[in-house]
Amino acid sequence: MSLDGGPEYPVTTDLSDVAPGSLALVEEPIAFDVEAIRADFPILERTVGGTPLIYLDSANSSQKPRVVVEAVEDHYLNHNANVARAMHMLGAEATEAFEGARAQLAQFIGAHRSEEVVFTKNASEALNLCAYTLGASLRPGDEIVISVMEHHSNIVPWQLLAQRTGAVLRWFDVTDEGRLDLDKAVAEGLLNERTKIVSIAYVSNVLGTINPISQIAALGHAVGATVVVDASQAVPQLAVNMADLGADLVAFTGHKMVGPTGIGVLWGRYELLAALPPFLGGGEMIEVVTMAGSTYAPPPHRFEAGTPPIAQAVGLSAAAQYLSVIGMNQITAHEREITGYALEGLQSLPGVTVLGPNELVDRGGAVSFTLTAADQQPIHPHDVSHLLDSRGIAVRAGHHCARPLHERFGVQSSTRASFYLYTTRAEIDALIESLDYTIAFFGRLR
Amino acid sequence: MKVEELYQEIILDHYRSKHHSGLREPYQAEVQHVNPTCGDEVRLRVHLVGDTVSDVSYESVGCSISQASTSVMADLVIGHDVAHGLGLYEEFLTMMQGKGQIEPNEERLEDGIAFAGVAKFPARVKCALIGWSAFRDAIIQARAQ
Repeated sequence: MSLDGGPEYPVTTDLSDVAPGSLALVEEPIAFDVEAIRADFPILERTVGGTPLIYLDSANSSQKPRVVVEAVEDHYLNHNANVARAMHMLGAEATEAFEGARAQLAQFIGAHRSEEVVFTKNASEALNLCAYTLGASLRPGDEIVISVMEHHSNIVPWQLLAQRTGAVLRWFDVTDEGRLDLDKAVAEGLLNERTKIVSIAYVSNVLGTINPISQIAALGHAVGATVVVDASQAVPQLAVNMADLGADLVAFTGHKMVGPTGIGVLWGRYELLAALPPFLGGGEMIEVVTMAGSTYAPPPHRFEAGTPPIAQAVGLSAAAQYLSVIGMNQITAHEREITGYALEGLQSLPGVTVLGPNELVDRGGAVSFTLTAADQQPIHPHDVSHLLDSRGIAVRAGHHCARPLHERFGVQSSTRASFYLYTTRAEIDALIESLDYTIAFFGRLR
Repeated sequence: MKVEELYQEIILDHYRSKHHSGLREPYQAEVQHVNPTCGDEVRLRVHLVGDTVSDVSYESVGCSISQASTSVMADLVIGHDVAHGLGLYEEFLTMMQGKGQIEPNEERLEDGIAFAGVAKFPARVKCALIGWSAFRDAIIQARAQ
């Protein structure tokens, strides 16, 4: 399909002048055709040593449809200039494209206004922005609450903040099934009058668990805390509506949602953003600069010092448009179907242990597991992924930037398969068959 | 080269039962090396008596290549001169950086030549080197004392 009106899907070409909410009108229910979708991703035609590439690492970084790459190319080849400061035709075009992308993203995530969308370089920068700006009002003894299932990008910024301010970092544990242990948190008084910040992943990048964000936000707000959400794994898979979610600040990244690398998003409630101090200083984020001091631009530009990722924003806008046209609900449904099929296949293999929920309840499309050979010897994920790679299958091996979570489950690392809108059942079959081969290979040689 | 050929019996044997594994006393230096990309970790101690490496002991977790390589390294350096051990480190490093083009010296590297194939897989070179790098680092620290 193409965004300028391919045969498969009804689309509009230019959303910059589409009123918020009207995108739903073009989102007619259409049959979800995974083969038609795959045709939009040229990279999926690649082979590895003669066998077709099977890309099961989308939670790490998704592949890009042609329309996204073409949008970036078109911007650089035909509209490139700096934004908001170049007073000429191209400058105006670039600014319109950049701010148009902001409006498109705002609509995609159900923000009340586009000024609530701050462009960053990735989700990590967005979370660091939260930690830095919220941290300005922290005092020694204040508490920050995260969880043991967080990605390092939602752990380390808060550790740094705690070190700087004397605040105390605390965390939710998880149950053996891989759910946030809310009962234990209540029993421990984890959230209390000292809690100033709660920062939790919407969907775990390791376990696939979908956390009850609205419930956690309500608990956090009840004690007066600001609620931050790392939605890096959620926005690509789920229809996320910021206005309904209940959180105050939400971070996600472009490259996991078929967009370019080099761009992330921080959404924030406007009143909160307006009350926060600047993060990085520089051009673009100021109002008036004198040698004695400066005043700062209102959100979102207050948080966008320097030349922003302009072409990347254009690409991300095309990505959001692409996902919208297919329909996030259909993408979620496909992800569930494939994840269920994969869980079934994995559980049919002796020697496979899935980390996290085994059933499809509140579960996203990342499945991490450990493997043992017939003689009960563990097969290390790095060895698993290398053997799978030789058969064309790309998975991730290691701690997936979530070392504390692996420690919690008593394993050093795991193998992770993750899926997206272009993943097929046949690819899952190939994964299961290759894992069976891997178990036999390491078992036989011993 | 097929990836299956990478996993030679020698490598899998060392992986199954690591030689000289476990942390022991006495020691003059202890180092910890990690490979943050895959999570391999090794804590390694060396003890020198004069110019001789009298013991290398370690605790490690990781893939078959990293574990087997550390085991082979300990076999090769314990009981020999420091200079001999550091020389082997250089030779092993050269082999690993040789993209599979370097013919290793079997007399000197013994079981270590099983890792020649690893050099053809850039993603695994770090695995094969982690124990060796820890050894070199520990020697430098022990000598500085």
